[in-house]
Amino acid sequence: MRHVDKTVTGLTIAFAVLFLADFFMAEWVRFIGLQSLARGAVALGLLVLWRTGLVSFGHALYFGIGAYAAAMLTLIGYHDAFFLVFAGTLASGVLAFLLGFLLRRYRAIFFALLNMAFSMILYGVIVKTEELGSTDGFSLHPPTFLGYAPQGEAVQTTLFIFTLVFTYIVTVGVHLYLKTTLGGMSMAVRENEIRVEYLGYSAEKVIHVKYVFSGLVAGFGGAIMALAIGQVDPDSMANWNVSGEFVFITILSGIGNVGATYIGALVFELIRTYAFEYAPQIWQFILGGSLLAIIMFLPDGIWSLVDRLRKSEG
Amino acid sequence: MNILKMGPGKAGLLATGLAAAVSFAAPANAADEVVMAVPTFLTGAGAPAFGVPARNGAEVIIEAINKGKLPAPYNNSGKGLAGRQIKAVIYDESGGGVKQVAEFRNKVQKQGVDLFVGYISSGTCAAITPVAEELKMLTIFPICGTPRIFEEINKTPKYVFRTMGHATADGVAEALYVKANMPGVKGYTGINQNYAWGQDSWRDFDLAMKQLMPSVPASDKAQWPKIFSGQYGAEISALMLSKEKLVHSSLWGGDLEAFIFQGSARGLFRKKDVLFSVADTSVYRLGKKAPFGSILGARGPYGIFAAGVDTPLNNWFRKVYIDRYSVPPVGGSYQAAQGVLAAKYAYDAAAKANGGKFPNKDQVIAALEGATYQGIAAPVHMNRSNGHQAATKHMIGVLQWDKEAGEPIMTKVTEFGPDCVMPPPGVNGTEWLKGGMKGAKC
Repeated sequence: MRHVDKTVTGLTIAFAVLFLADFFMAEWVRFIGLQSLARGAVALGLLVLWRTGLVSFGHALYFGIGAYAAAMLTLIGYHDAFFLVFAGTLASGVLAFLLGFLLRRYRAIFFALLNMAFSMILYGVIVKTEELGSTDGFSLHPPTFLGYAPQGEAVQTTLFIFTLVFTYIVTVGVHLYLKTTLGGMSMAVRENEIRVEYLGYSAEKVIHVKYVFSGLVAGFGGAIMALAIGQVDPDSMANWNVSGEFVFITILSGIGNVGATYIGALVFELIRTYAFEYAPQIWQFILGGSLLAIIMFLPDGIWSLVDRLRKSEG
Repeated sequence: MNILKMGPGKAGLLATGLAAAVSFAAPANAADEVVMAVPTFLTGAGAPAFGVPARNGAEVIIEAINKGKLPAPYNNSGKGLAGRQIKAVIYDESGGGVKQVAEFRNKVQKQGVDLFVGYISSGTCAAITPVAEELKMLTIFPICGTPRIFEEINKTPKYVFRTMGHATADGVAEALYVKANMPGVKGYTGINQNYAWGQDSWRDFDLAMKQLMPSVPASDKAQWPKIFSGQYGAEISALMLSKEKLVHSSLWGGDLEAFIFQGSARGLFRKKDVLFSVADTSVYRLGKKAPFGSILGARGPYGIFAAGVDTPLNNWFRKVYIDRYSVPPVGGSYQAAQGVLAAKYAYDAAAKANGGKFPNKDQVIAALEGATYQGIAAPVHMNRSNGHQAATKHMIGVLQWDKEAGEPIMTKVTEFGPDCVMPPPGVNGTEWLKGGMKGAKC
């Protein structure tokens, strides 16, 4: 009998549950869910890099490109979610492919900060562009779905299913990719690049492919975020602290499993929502405090809880 | 328990439980209260000089409404909004448009908010307007100043109101003041933040100057720092070197104070005549360090301009505010309170028209559209943009230090009527300015 992949099973169950839940969910829960899926997708991109031993402090670049590409297309009259998300993802992927030629040569802090530098260039360009609303950004019309133009609450319901389907495909895809030889090369590159080269693989090419992957999913997340909220602005889409949030989510989730990033993103959204509601003047403090607590008590992230449970069971 | 090892039965149970949990997570509020969200800057550069005084102003007035203690003309209007107590949800406006739109949805859907009275930054208001209309949520902007809200973003608002004049009124009042008091001016430059409010403020002042003093040229080197940047070294150098003596600035909040501190140290205010649109918020905070001799406004008859208004409402407001916070109320405090009063007026008027029964949202909106109600410092006429945009009188003066009283005072104050500085109903501000401000009643 073929081996059943537990992660794929788990993701499929989660997909089915969330799909059904879409019809019952309170609006605010769905809205938080949408944002978690979008942010989780970016964290997924970071996870792919992280497994290779690379941390990016600049993935808001791809998130921002994805969001602004989708949003700018609405300015010239395109409103179809399929097209907008595809365009946003593609734009980020192309940029990641181009920047990859440079970035694949750097490691550690140099890689992290070069990414940040590029993201801040995008930030500076948006802030200086009055046509794009500079720091204010601009609003988007609700999206349509292949000619179907939902109204009111149906916009979010449809968008949620749309996002869910694509997130499922992307996440399972990344998971399967990580199990291939090229994908499995992550750990090898992290542990010893020279040995990888002796095996006949190019470490730089491995990293380049992963970088494009991470750019694509981050762009996907950005485009979804723009559609979900209906507004883009540079401080929430392209600033360095947004990149920091993604690193936060990745640390929170741990890199043990592709599904963990969405759980991490959801936990992040919930902490932020409740901290904002109950401590409007010190909510940033609570957010920082919880990151500190995670690092101290769960250094391998939330997913390590699952591993611990597994071990205690058998 | 391992979620991945669960049998289908267990998984189904879990799924049902989850679905049940989220579907019942609806907001729970008492039926006899009105939940009013009050977003204002509580953290960051917008908070100390603007957001917090605005919150204080709103708090004073909300408390008095709930206790039924407002003086005339609201003294016989009972407790609360049409008899229901206000439950205020005060929260932070910082973080930008995307975050605030997300939070707006959260407040509506998670906390069951009935109306919003708030938002200070023009950037936030611009982002909120479409979502407020989409979610059909009564939203009163008490402060933000960009004219774009009803001129570009939504020309036919139904749920969004603004209870004070916008940047066009500031630009026109300032230009009229310059023409009357500085006839010898030879040119002007500016320092404004590079976002909606700063861009619109400069544009409207510039357009008004071109009409009123066509021979006076504008500098092509006006400065555009980023909002909340806090560092103005390069900009101050550029302003010091510019040949124009008059400097227009719509900086506000923490940015304004940073600019004043950095500019004072370098003698900017001795060398240049600076005209501030929103500097009243800082005159008490800065004390003797304020830039005396500068021309300033409070975006209307608020703050220090209202210090001498002798009406029961204003005297009461100032007294309660000073007793509680130990500083006089500034423009932001007045404006926020004025926004809350709009809700008070509208709910009460709608209840009256509804035979004394508590009104629904449409009735409240109908009562506020086109109404004239008493603000704390002056009457507010909701007679622009289909009755959703207010016009009030405007005041500009020169800041001086009163040695005897030991406090800042406004001198050489000029008052402008609402129909003198605001574009007439149905007329786009920019076109009105370019067309020579036809129909202005000065």
